[in-house]
Amino acid sequence: MFPVTGIAALLLAVVFGFAFGWLLHRGRVTNYDVIVNQFRLRDFTVLKVMLTAIIVGGLGVLALVDLGAATYHLRDANMLAVVLGAALFGVGMVVYGYCPGTGVAAVATGSVHALVGAGGMVLGAILYAVTFDWVREAIIPVGSLGKATLTTLTGIPPLWIFGGLIAGAVLLFWIIERRAGAP
Amino acid sequence: MAIDINQGKDVSAAHRVDWTPYLAGAGIGVLSWVVFVVVANPIGVTTAFSQLAAGAALPILGTDAVAQNPYWQRHPLRLDYGTLFLVGIFLGALASAVASRTWRIEHVPSVWRERFGPSIAKRYAGAFLGGALALYGARLANGCTSGNGISQGLQLAVVGWTFLVVMFASGLATTWLLFRTTTR
Repeated sequence: MFPVTGIAALLLAVVFGFAFGWLLHRGRVTNYDVIVNQFRLRDFTVLKVMLTAIIVGGLGVLALVDLGAATYHLRDANMLAVVLGAALFGVGMVVYGYCPGTGVAAVATGSVHALVGAGGMVLGAILYAVTFDWVREAIIPVGSLGKATLTTLTGIPPLWIFGGLIAGAVLLFWIIERRAGAP
Repeated sequence: MAIDINQGKDVSAAHRVDWTPYLAGAGIGVLSWVVFVVVANPIGVTTAFSQLAAGAALPILGTDAVAQNPYWQRHPLRLDYGTLFLVGIFLGALASAVASRTWRIEHVPSVWRERFGPSIAKRYAGAFLGGALALYGARLANGCTSGNGISQGLQLAVVGWTFLVVMFASGLATTWLLFRTTTR
């Protein structure tokens, strides 16, 4: 029965995308000020949304893979590429004020500058495709670890890692909420 | 938001946690369970965005160059799961904004205005440049905040966590450089 393919999957793509767009807006991460203020450490909405999504999603997917209902979809860790890419991304995210997903969602909420930035994203995508041959030869092979996970790298079982993540997140959120509540 | 909590007269409100970001995050987590099982296709944005960019590249680079491009040969322009997921994101955010009556035209957000002034052209230039950097970086890193940070992060993938840590450090450094003059 699963995974669903064909036309049904295409219809579900719109449904699941709709849910994601709705959640991004309700979580207020379609708002420029919320995203930039995260990096100014004045508003922790982005971290709250992301860490909660990773912990809730990760524990569920771990269980589903264990039950045989799902499989992992891991991507390659090409270390030079991911470090350079993430460094560029951090600059771009602050200057644009959105990441690609929240940018698309922000356009839908009436943010005209997000639409202009989406034009910039199109240019970035074209530049990547044009330079892809060079990237593939010069950057991607450097420090390539394959589909590595924190577990294959360190030997620590996934549940222990999630335990640590939960402990860290609860402590962080507790401090944040206490500070937000203080006058 | 934190500001609202502090301005409330009700003392107990000052200690009330705003659960919305946690709920939205948990919702995205649950949505990840569903997509892993039902369509075996984790949440992601930039691969589909690059496919759509091939359409924009056609008049610039020409049909042949796009058809022969090694990246677009792997990820061609077409309506598939990923690109329709993008359409869904747009519709979902639109519906949420309309339903909550928060849909509004925005040219210059207030945090940008505080630092860089009310110039629309300046904000547009920043958004365009930032968007280009973000998308190029996301492709190089093998995914963006959604496809890499959340979808790879929740699988404990090294690529996802490296992305999260480096992206956050780079964002903090960039913000410090750009916004420190307005820091009070």
